[in-house]
Amino acid sequence: MTKAASSSPAIEAPGSFERMIEGLQDTMTIARRNLIGIWRTPQLLAAVLFAPILFVLLFRYVLGGAINISSVTSYSYADYLMPGMFVMTLFFSVMVTATGLAADVQNGLIERLRSLPMARYAFIAGRTSADLVRNVPVLALVVAMGFAVGFRVHTSAELFILGLLLALLFAYSASWFFALIGLFLGNPEAADAAASFVMLPLIFASSALVPVSSMPSWLQGFAAHQPVSVAIGAVRALSLGGPAASHVWETLAWSLGIVLICAPVSVWWYKRAA
Amino acid sequence: MATSAVLVEGLEKRYKSVEALKGIDFEVEAGIIFGLLGPNGAGKTTTIRILSTIIPPDSGRASIMGKDVVSEPDAVRRRIGLAGQNAAVDPNLTGRENLDMIGHLSRMPRREIKQRASDLLEAFDLDWASDRPIRTYSGGMRRRLDVAAALVQRPPVIFLDEPTTGLDIQSRVVLWDHIKLLVSEGSTVLLTTQDLQEADRLADRIAVVDEGRVVANDTAAALKARLGNTVIELTMADGEESANVRDLLSHRMAEPVERDGSIVNVRSSDGSEPLMEAMRALDEECLVPQKVFLREPSLDDVFLALTGTHTAGPEAVSVSREGDGS
Repeated sequence: MTKAASSSPAIEAPGSFERMIEGLQDTMTIARRNLIGIWRTPQLLAAVLFAPILFVLLFRYVLGGAINISSVTSYSYADYLMPGMFVMTLFFSVMVTATGLAADVQNGLIERLRSLPMARYAFIAGRTSADLVRNVPVLALVVAMGFAVGFRVHTSAELFILGLLLALLFAYSASWFFALIGLFLGNPEAADAAASFVMLPLIFASSALVPVSSMPSWLQGFAAHQPVSVAIGAVRALSLGGPAASHVWETLAWSLGIVLICAPVSVWWYKRAA
Repeated sequence: MATSAVLVEGLEKRYKSVEALKGIDFEVEAGIIFGLLGPNGAGKTTTIRILSTIIPPDSGRASIMGKDVVSEPDAVRRRIGLAGQNAAVDPNLTGRENLDMIGHLSRMPRREIKQRASDLLEAFDLDWASDRPIRTYSGGMRRRLDVAAALVQRPPVIFLDEPTTGLDIQSRVVLWDHIKLLVSEGSTVLLTTQDLQEADRLADRIAVVDEGRVVANDTAAALKARLGNTVIELTMADGEESANVRDLLSHRMAEPVERDGSIVNVRSSDGSEPLMEAMRALDEECLVPQKVFLREPSLDDVFLALTGTHTAGPEAVSVSREGDGS
């Protein structure tokens, strides 16, 4: 090992283009770290997958027979249920980000990273990128499961894939939201509770499992227009047919809006003193 | 004239209702180990967090190798390494992956990172465990990796915030040896500790901090000369008897004698000779102590000697303890 050098290349300050490249590299380094972390804690991934698999089986085979969807579609309940399951599974999957980031705050990893010359946004951007990458196989698994329980695409492969991409984009934006919760609370238990508190009404008061028209009228306004229902509506229309454009645009707007608000706020929170 | 490695002037920081720093000043010349010694809550960690650009000071100035921590944080971050009680590694990554990650995030040239990680793992006796996730490491191994992580980018200035708190004595000695090795590489080390022995073992110069202020700043040798190497601790039956013993001994002996409740402390540079002298004096007066201890001076003795009061932290701390282990 050599003497600590004051002329080491790492000491020179970079230009703005280099900074951007370095920021991307930092993001990839953090994303890689998070993906390794998921790989090393398979129980976490299992828990993320377990809930939707249980939901699919429960609703498809136990409760599905009693749910009347004839008012919204002429297709089977499996066809109705699965688009909701795609969005719901990804939503469950990114919820873990709140707990994960809170743990990083609590155990002090963030403290060390803030003392490094890395890009300030890379820590959170790396986490959400890892979520996006991880969600691809997770989604593939649930899609395969959907086909196994009788789900069929009634539009075209292109539209269906567009729907899946939209679900991934929506989950990516939700992952920024949960990252903000985790950073803000800084305590894994509290973050988990808060994430569940946000998730439950969004999942259950949505069109994921039953038609919104079957809910009491005071709930319908929320249930029909909240972002999870909007995203499910888009994926459902792209899989089963019917007017899709407005759902798709609304989903894009929600996703973009959530990222545009949560990204700067969470980076600002990361930078400021904890 | 060479700039000092670390320069701290009038640093103040307030957390809501607590005044953590009330004007800290010190200077660390390059190439030495500088110890910040003080009890819990003295402001050591707050100082380190300001110096490593994690939080800004309310007032005062601090610079690392001439770069200001507030106006040039990135330049500072390129020159420092941080390890300690609040700065962790990723428990899911292996030792090697952690060092790798720090190397990348420190913007080291890619081809150097691998070699540097291997060298550090070997130097800290972790090469045999380099491919195991950190969560399987023992407390001592984790701290060693923690310190190694601070060295990846070969920073000229290294902050070690209570690096051995909560470790057993064997792991501490091992870590001390590694820290000494660091300085031989040419780095400047700023070390915080609650433990006088640790400061004495490692630091060339020691600043004693208490309640957000520096109460002494001297070489380790000079501080020790003021304190003595050994404390003779005599526990008497009650405060009255101990007062008599203090009066007797301060009259008969050259060494400084202090009373604290029913305990009388004699600070001496050499244990056995003054001990015999004290025993003879007590025997002549038919005074029999309940307990007699020979011990090394503790942080509490330092404070007693420097400020005339006990440590002002949440609890008086005489040995480093309170393992956080995580």
